[in-house]
Amino acid sequence: MAHADTHDHHDHKPTGIGRWLFATNHKDIGTMYMVFALVMFFIGGAMALGIRAELFKPGMQFFDPGFYNSLVTSHALVMIFGAVMPAFVGLANWMIPLQIGAPDMALPRMNNYSFWILPFAFTLLLSSFFTAGGGPAGGWTLYPPLSLQAGDSFPLTIFAIHMMGASSIMGAINVIVTILNMRAPGMSLLKLPLFCWTWLITAYLLIAVMPVLAGAVTMLLTDHYFGTSFFNPAGGGDPVMFQHIFWFFGHPEVYILILPAFGIVSEIIPTFSRKPLFGYDAMVYATASIAFLSFIVWAHHMFTVGMPLSGQMFFMMSTMLIAVPTGVKVFNWTTTMWKGSLSFEPPMLFALAFLFLFTIGGFSGLMLAIAPADFQYQDTYFVVAHFHYVLVPGAVFAIMAGVYYWLPKWTGHMYSMSLAKWHFWVSTVSVNVLFFPQHFLGLAGMPRRIPDYSTQFTDWNMVSSVGGFVFGFSQLLFVAVIWQSARGGAKASDKVWEGTDPAGLEWTLPSPAPYHSFETAPEIH
Amino acid sequence: MLNRKVFSALGGLLAAVPALAYESSYNMPMGVTAIAREVHGLHMQIFWVCVAIAVAVFGVMIYSIVAFRKSNGAVPDRTLLHSTKVEVIWTIIPVAILIFMAVPAAKTLVKMEDTRNAELSVKVTGYQWKWQYEYLGKGVSFYSSLATESNYARQLNSGVDVTKVKDYLLDVDNAMVVPVDTKVRVLLTGNDVIHSWWVPDFAVKKDAIPGFINEAWFKVDTIGRYTGQCAELCGRDHGFMPIVVNVVSKEDFAKWLAAQQQATKAATTTAPAAPAAAAL
Repeated sequence: MAHADTHDHHDHKPTGIGRWLFATNHKDIGTMYMVFALVMFFIGGAMALGIRAELFKPGMQFFDPGFYNSLVTSHALVMIFGAVMPAFVGLANWMIPLQIGAPDMALPRMNNYSFWILPFAFTLLLSSFFTAGGGPAGGWTLYPPLSLQAGDSFPLTIFAIHMMGASSIMGAINVIVTILNMRAPGMSLLKLPLFCWTWLITAYLLIAVMPVLAGAVTMLLTDHYFGTSFFNPAGGGDPVMFQHIFWFFGHPEVYILILPAFGIVSEIIPTFSRKPLFGYDAMVYATASIAFLSFIVWAHHMFTVGMPLSGQMFFMMSTMLIAVPTGVKVFNWTTTMWKGSLSFEPPMLFALAFLFLFTIGGFSGLMLAIAPADFQYQDTYFVVAHFHYVLVPGAVFAIMAGVYYWLPKWTGHMYSMSLAKWHFWVSTVSVNVLFFPQHFLGLAGMPRRIPDYSTQFTDWNMVSSVGGFVFGFSQLLFVAVIWQSARGGAKASDKVWEGTDPAGLEWTLPSPAPYHSFETAPEIH
Repeated sequence: MLNRKVFSALGGLLAAVPALAYESSYNMPMGVTAIAREVHGLHMQIFWVCVAIAVAVFGVMIYSIVAFRKSNGAVPDRTLLHSTKVEVIWTIIPVAILIFMAVPAAKTLVKMEDTRNAELSVKVTGYQWKWQYEYLGKGVSFYSSLATESNYARQLNSGVDVTKVKDYLLDVDNAMVVPVDTKVRVLLTGNDVIHSWWVPDFAVKKDAIPGFINEAWFKVDTIGRYTGQCAELCGRDHGFMPIVVNVVSKEDFAKWLAAQQQATKAATTTAPAAPAAAAL
């Protein structure tokens, strides 16, 4: 195919379906990741709306409790592995080569493979809803013995998780190899843009913990089908061991979901403050400290399992320590705005919302670290509120900020600022109406993962559901903005934003970025 | 120690503020054990620490957003890149706050784990989806399931207005009964999957895990009826296995226990579940 014009021009592209199926171009693969993530965001969101509809008032309205549990379980798996992680990988694919002055990712065919695994993995996961016994219903944490009671959905879920893990590991290898080997001459590691830094560290976390998850779910599989007793007490196994292994994966996973978000915000706040990032080195070291600490805090998810006192003490103290580097980051972002010259385009609005609302999630995280108090918070809606604050106005808002920041560079068109601002304001108000009352529900005693509740919880659940539906439907505005920008609109300049001078190699390229960019490496001074 | 005095004074002050918010639908209950009140105090203390930090940090953010707007002609100070002094300060202050928080938390934790010298031991077993209570050494054992009225109302399309059901989803057929002012130790285990026994007013939440025996304790100082729920996803009816604990006077408890023992003896079958005839 097309050997005649291998000395191609900048905008030569393969055509037709082959362009996507056999894609090796980092921009095409990045686009596919992002579109896939958006589709999954809506599928996971539809499940969340099902949950919020059932919880609108007490009594069972719509679902069987078992189906409700499947919705809760799949919502988490789809949002974590289908929406947030692929969106970050998509941004990495698009932006890392542009930011380090590389022509492409280091391993383009593996890049293709790591993407194309995902649609199959999620087809498998979602098809489990149609098997005998329905979808996976033991919670995304898959705690045995409960998860072993699953019907035919069980092997499908496990295999889907294996595939997602393989995809993530390949994506991570690609990021590491690209960043370590393909930086433009003169770009030392401490000149690396922070988005690349946070992704580099995230990639190491992925390689460290994805095999651990794969091991844990494989042990579940052999317990279920091959007569082993890793987690079965009747055979001498230990169900708590699963939780230790799972959270040894699960806690670094939390940072996998937030470190790239830190990177995006660290790009956007300086641009719209018209001032370089404050404390660049401290940001890098804080990111690395958070990554290190993430490996020694896992059992704070398990304070109620009956650990020895010394174990609870250790995990309480180590967890509290995470507040220190996280605080450094928040202070650095704030100081970046100090004595700046701020303007409030949509990317900045989302980054600011991230700053405030992620910090609220950080506060509830600090509260959860206090083990005696955690006994009251554990497995209640307080925890649900906490992790949704760090994941929705945290990770998801950072992704949206990144999309609004780089979209004109991708499409070559400015988008409708007023529509994007509408999206921002409706989302930001509704996300708080959705999640803030869940703190109250948890403190007042509502357990998580229940399909029905006693009547004193009615009011806040109604408020939360209303917020949920407004938030869900307001995301259609996001699609509308992206759609418009992809179709046309005012031509974007190379720099796109007035504040981008001089930070970031991506702003030295034309908009849209040519199909093949940096075929000759730029010089960094 | 001065530190301790300052701390307890501050803690008392902080605990007094939410006292207005008892039985509220938006805060943790004060509870009916000394430990629960301590936990509530820790909760309010960390909450107010967070509020104080939030006021400071959000204050600076909001000030920056208002004061340094390009539309107001703000000129960026591009030399403000790094300052070892402030970076050291904003690392050390959080560490100090954390130590201030960790010390009382650790003390409470030590007390919560001290299950020695219990006056009554009850083994609690989680089943899909009910609880079993065995009064160790007393020959009393029974199951506790969701009350019939709630169980009927909660069915899909039951047609029942659940707001009219008394104690909807927080009522059981046989409640656990314990005496007031008595250190009660619960021994927790699961029969099938992991459950978690949680009574917010006692600040006790501990997992009931198959193959394990976990311990927790409480000493309630107020007679009353306290409710809780299973707090670990345990399958289809996880939301429908409430916990009800009736805390009664020591005399009433002795009467109840005697009645239970009588009923157990009278039962001709070997089934462990004896109907709770007591009026308690």
